[in-house]
Amino acid sequence: MSLLQLEGISKRFGRVVVADEISFQLEPGTSLGIIGPNGAGKSSMFGLISGDLKPDAGTIRFNGTELLGVKASSRCRMGIGRTYQIPQPFEHLTVFENALLAAQQGARARGTESYDVAYDALRRTGMDELANRPAGSLGLLHRKRLELSRALATRPRLLLLDEIAGGLTDPEVLGLTEVIKDLQSSGIAIIWIEHVVRALLSTVSRLLCLANGTVIADGDPHEVLASEAVRAVYLGGKIINEAPLS
Amino acid sequence: MSEILSVKPTALRVERSTFSPLFTLGGVIAVAAFFTLAPWILAASWVSILSNFFILVIMATMWNLLAGYAGMVSIGQQGFVGLGAYATLYLALKGMNPFVAIPFAALICGVIAIPITFLLLRLRGGYFSVATWVVADSAMLLILSVAYLGGGTGKYMPGLLSLSPTTLNHDVYLATWFGALVVLVGTYLLLRSRVGLLLSSMRDNEIAARSAGAKVTTTRRMIYVVAAIGCGVAGAVLAVSQPFVQPGNEFQLQFAAEMLFTSMIGGLGTIEGPILGSIIFFTLQQSLQNWGAWYLIIFGSLAVVVAIWQPRGLWGAIRDRFHVELLPVGYRVKEPRA
Repeated sequence: MSLLQLEGISKRFGRVVVADEISFQLEPGTSLGIIGPNGAGKSSMFGLISGDLKPDAGTIRFNGTELLGVKASSRCRMGIGRTYQIPQPFEHLTVFENALLAAQQGARARGTESYDVAYDALRRTGMDELANRPAGSLGLLHRKRLELSRALATRPRLLLLDEIAGGLTDPEVLGLTEVIKDLQSSGIAIIWIEHVVRALLSTVSRLLCLANGTVIADGDPHEVLASEAVRAVYLGGKIINEAPLS
Repeated sequence: MSEILSVKPTALRVERSTFSPLFTLGGVIAVAAFFTLAPWILAASWVSILSNFFILVIMATMWNLLAGYAGMVSIGQQGFVGLGAYATLYLALKGMNPFVAIPFAALICGVIAIPITFLLLRLRGGYFSVATWVVADSAMLLILSVAYLGGGTGKYMPGLLSLSPTTLNHDVYLATWFGALVVLVGTYLLLRSRVGLLLSSMRDNEIAARSAGAKVTTTRRMIYVVAAIGCGVAGAVLAVSQPFVQPGNEFQLQFAAEMLFTSMIGGLGTIEGPILGSIIFFTLQQSLQNWGAWYLIIFGSLAVVVAIWQPRGLWGAIRDRFHVELLPVGYRVKEPRA
């Protein structure tokens, strides 16, 4: 059974179509990269999966369960963890408290177990040294990592990463991909929206390209990048930098 | 919850306070002992002032929980003060000792609050505030129409006439003090629990809290009911302290103003704030009571000054300046052993 199954998902804001009958599946433990120009509907799709947005039509199943009418908080408890493109830390809480909230609510952990779940998430993302820092005082890299720690502390089966490498330097991106590879090896399924295509190529085995709310290509990452449809969307030019990260 | 990630137990040491919990506990016990023995130590006039002070502390603490922590700015909590008073009166008319009736009256307020949340929590911001006021006034109008409870003229709380004035004064004092103690300790324990962290996260970023698994609306509902119970306690002890129960006295809009004022002056969203705010309010009230209308003008000006220059309130300023927390609720990680 697929872990995640989207069928004919449509969503529009007035005249802007962000999803036009999108369908795809994701198997447990696998990774999917999503690319597409700005406004293609990438983040909106995450909103539809995580429950921040309601689709106008179509069904989403997670682990066989229909998600229609299931609240965002319940979806998280079912195993869908997400990060936001613009990090949304709880600014007045410490880094540890940020992860602890996720462990206590999302993973339903109690007492000292919740401490362990939270701290484990911080350690996997390299945030443990900053455990007692107020989240509001963090810089961009650490805010991005905190997003990841918090999503991880909910103990997800599916992790939705929204441009978690955006705005970071190459060495920072490289560090982040190492973290993500570690998560993949522990069996978490990942959907990763990213403009930094090099980061995707080093981690995902499948790539999906969205444009104007529709899937225009889906499959092997290199084949997807080489396809006519994708080239056309990116104005035909070789704008996408495929060179491996160094 | 998935079992994919195997979490290594870290023997992590997590500290809940910035200084010795024993010190805090000792301080609390000393303060509690003093106030419990106060009727035998202090002059009678002070004892009744303290009674009123504790009623205000209860109301302010509950309002702060509601507005300062859960973001629900209510101007209708006097509704539950009134209902608490009338529930006590009702139980006393049915033959229950008024002092025994206090906790039951508070619970009745909690039960009444549950259906109300389904109406109120659909509304946000200013609409929520206005609706709370409507609920409070509707509650008063409903009570006004019940002849058994004295209608508009009110009724004496039965069961208190057999007590001598001194005993009554002492008993009322102890009821208000224990009411305040229960409300304060309960609030502190609640905010130290998972719920406290949950409320703080919701206050910072509601959407992120939801996507981290937080049940935001359920939490708000619970806090609204808790605040109704707390205000019910205030109303119940108020009713036995008066002890003539009358709609105009129990459902005063002024209660809402006092809760708001004390929380704001003291520091919204801190446990210590409303207590400090109540002390300031009472000190001012006692020293300005002969100034007639001027005292309200001074209160109003003070509120404006604090709102502009010290929006985090007096306790907020003290905490930022000296980094002290009398009642810590946070978590600090101590170096974990690998």
